[in-house]
Parts: sequence; structure tokens; C-alpha cells
Amino acid sequence: MLKVLKSGFFMTIQDLGRFGHRDIGVPISGAMDVDSVKKANLLLENDPNAAVLEITMQGPTLQFEEPTAICLSGAHISATLNNVPIENYQVVQISKGDILSYGRLENGFRGYLAIKDGFQTPKVLGSRSQFIPVTKKKHVKDGEEIPYKKTDSYAPIISEVKIEDHFLGEELEVFKGPEFSLLSDQQLAAIFSKQFTVSKENNRMAYQLKELIPGHGHSMLTSGTLPGTIQFTPAGRLIILMKDGQTTGGYPRILQLSEAAINTLAQKKLGDTLSFKLL
Amino acid sequence: MKSYPITIKPFGERAILVEWPNQVEESILADILDFMDAFKELGLPGWEMSVAYNSLTMVCNQEHLDFEAIKKLVLDCHSRQAATKTKRIQHLWQIPVCYDLEFGIDLEEASKTLNLSPDELIQEHTAHQYVVYGIGFLPGFMYLGGLPTGLEIPRRAEPRLQVAKGSVGLAGKQTGVYPQDSPGGWNIIGNCPVELFNPKAEEPCFVKVGDKIQFQKISRAEYDLHKIEGEVGIYKPEKTVLNA
Repeated sequence: MLKVLKSGFFMTIQDLGRFGHRDIGVPISGAMDVDSVKKANLLLENDPNAAVLEITMQGPTLQFEEPTAICLSGAHISATLNNVPIENYQVVQISKGDILSYGRLENGFRGYLAIKDGFQTPKVLGSRSQFIPVTKKKHVKDGEEIPYKKTDSYAPIISEVKIEDHFLGEELEVFKGPEFSLLSDQQLAAIFSKQFTVSKENNRMAYQLKELIPGHGHSMLTSGTLPGTIQFTPAGRLIILMKDGQTTGGYPRILQLSEAAINTLAQKKLGDTLSFKLL
Repeated sequence: MKSYPITIKPFGERAILVEWPNQVEESILADILDFMDAFKELGLPGWEMSVAYNSLTMVCNQEHLDFEAIKKLVLDCHSRQAATKTKRIQHLWQIPVCYDLEFGIDLEEASKTLNLSPDELIQEHTAHQYVVYGIGFLPGFMYLGGLPTGLEIPRRAEPRLQVAKGSVGLAGKQTGVYPQDSPGGWNIIGNCPVELFNPKAEEPCFVKVGDKIQFQKISRAEYDLHKIEGEVGIYKPEKTVLNA
């Protein structure tokens, strides 16, 4: 078991997502920055879908009750194991009783803790990703215990790699969305010339951008939405749906983030700036 | 069965949006469902599809799409679907609702706005069958069509931060049930004791797109009974087959 001494700001269990239930309104959920998770799982020679902890902004304090191996990725949150600093993308051997804690957020917004063979919480509808009302809990709380498999010794093929963080740029690549053609020249110019700022309304469901662009009077029938869909409200606000986002919506879907851009946006926080580049 | 023209748009790297004429019509929904059946018969792995009124979002979880190739496949499939015709079973579900004022917190005000007595409003709400045009927004939330014009009422000026799970509401041309606690701006006229989304059930959502539902007025005592039956897993909503 992994004992959660302190859970930090917001920590959830995530895998790659819950697929196949969109038709009943269940979002895919899963790690916000899939790229970071896949790399950490690769170093641990895990299945890419092995469950990890997604650690938002402020890290937890965790105690391991069995030996295993871990790998951190994503945001840099000054992690230490028994007070000794550890790096991202480094396979770290864990002994019984070791304590992992975190310090200052150095870059990014969401860090990941991958563990040998993945966390072993029950799957609901084919996934371990936490999302209410599919799973009972929305996130991990102080005092909880998270199951994992004991690994006495593990000799990784690659024990450490230097990886340049993929999320430091502020340009997000986008495709035209289904209602792209509704945009006027003025609106297009505003979207592709402006810099936008992440507003305080940002979470696993959606990121709202602070700056408004000229609004519109279009109404449409509710239709499907995806992670990375940019919705455009009549007031001129851009709302980018993320992994826990609703499966349908009624605002024009003017743009669609590339999958790489979703991973980048997942690492942005309040006040960070962004721009869009049409592919 | 009528077949409609469709348009196909790319939607990111692994999805497409297929759109039918921009109307809320049962015959359009039937054409969408026929197409889905025909597409499923192709047996391609990794696809999921969600319907909403006149559109179908098709997502491929396996791989990035070659848009021109998938567009051709979809058009072929749509033109051939008349020949395939798997027999689809659709149900009419009776959904119990307790309209007591304890639950129907906006019932009196909504009745006044609509120039009806509360009993007349309830009678009108329970007299019609509503078509399920999509399930989305929240797990188990049904987009229902067919609300009589006499029950069309604007959304509340200020949305509530918390609407209770099971709340039955009216807003514009829509009526529906909140499957979980959620913020919301609909006028709440009652509460449904039935779980519309249960992740533990074999079928987490028993209602399917294309089914119809009819609300059935129940007493407070029946509400409590259904709630307990639901908790112990013995509640079975009443259903009839529509197209036997």
C-alpha cells in the first residue's frame, strides 16, 4: 500500500482513460498529459495504461509500505525521496518505509508518479481514472491507502533519460472545428493574432481563457464534443474542454486542439499565456 | 424508411462528425440509428459513437484517421444501410416522478407562468411520450424531444448552484432528469427516484437513444419504496417494446 500522509492540492488516480461509454455521457477522463504518463510507464516497462497519480500544482507526502520502483514525469515539483532530491524520468528503487515528498513547483502544472505495474485500485467501466459519479471518489484524500504490487528488485533496461519538457512552449496547434466556418474575419484575426491567458476557471473538465473575442448570435443543436474541443460562447469566450469534459455541448466548436496541444495545455495554470496556430 | 443527405467533417485527429439535416425529427433519428447499426456490422475495432439530435460523433480510439478514406467508408455505409436493416428493439419506459412540492420547488411558479394549475401542468407533463434524441452532457442525461408547446417556459434567470439528483425540470423546448447533483437553470417540477446512471449495473444506462419515455405521477410513499428498491437493486422500471 501507498500511504497518503498528505494529499497536497489535488491528486487523482488516472490511467489513459475510460473508453467506449461516450454514448451514455461518460467522459473519457484519464491523465491530462498523456505524453508524460506514457514516458514514465515506458521507463518502468509498464503497460502504457498502468495507473499513475496525477499531482496538481502542490505535491503530496507519501509513504511506501512495500518495495517497488517508481518514475516521476510531467511538471517538476521538487520531489525528494527521504529528503534526497530525485529527478523526472529516472527509475528510482523504493524500500519499505521510504517517504516521497514534494516542494516548490518549478515548471508545468501536473506531475505524475508512475509505479512498477501501476496502482491497483478497482476498475470501473474499464478504467481506474477517478471521475464522479463513475468512481465513488473524485480525488485522493489524506490518510487513504492506494494498493500496488510489491516488487523486491527491478533492473530496468534504461534507468534514466534526459527528456526535454514538451510543454514549455505557449503555442497550441489546432485544427478547424466543425463550426469553424461561422467565424468572421474579425473573429479569426482576434483568435490567431492574440495572446490568451488561462483564467482561474481551469480544471480537468475545461480551461476557460480570460480574454474575450467579438461574440456571436449563432445557436445550434447540441452535438458531440471531445477533449480539446474549443467552444465559443455568444459572449465571445473560448472554453477548451479537457479530459473530464462533457460529451455533448451546445456552443459552436470552432477549433480542435491537436493531441500534442492537449498535453501542453494540461501543464498550464492560471495566468499562463497561450496562442493558437492553425494546422 | 427515408434516407437523408449527410455531411461529414473531420473533428481532430481521430474523430469525425456526421451531420444530418438540422432538424429535430424522429425520422432523422431513425436514419442515424440505421446508419450506426450498419457501421457496427462492419466490425471495425475501437470505434465509439454518440448521437445528439441530428448528428453523430464517431471517435476511433485505435489510430489517427485518414479522413478521405473514412469519409468514403461512411458514405458507402450510409447508402447501403437500407439493405442491411438489423431489427432494432426500442422501448417505451415509464419513469416515475413524485411532483410533491417538497421536490417540485418551482412547480407553483412554473404553473403560474404557464397559466395552468399545478395539477394541469402535471397532467400535461405525464400525458406525452418523449423521444430520447441523445444521452450526454452528464452520464445518463437524456436529451428529450416532444415537449408540448404549452409547457415551454424560459430557464430560470439565475441558475442554481446545486440541483438535486433526480430533479425533473422544464426549460425551453426541453424536459429532462438530472442524473446527479449538478448546477442547473431548469425549472424543477418533481423528482425521479430511479437511478438513470448506475456504473455498477451491467447496463449502466438502461434507456437507449431512440427509446421513448413517459413520466408517471407517483405518491411520496411510492417514491420512498422505489428508492429503497433501487438501493437494494430490485427496482425494474416498467417498459414496453415499441416496435415488436
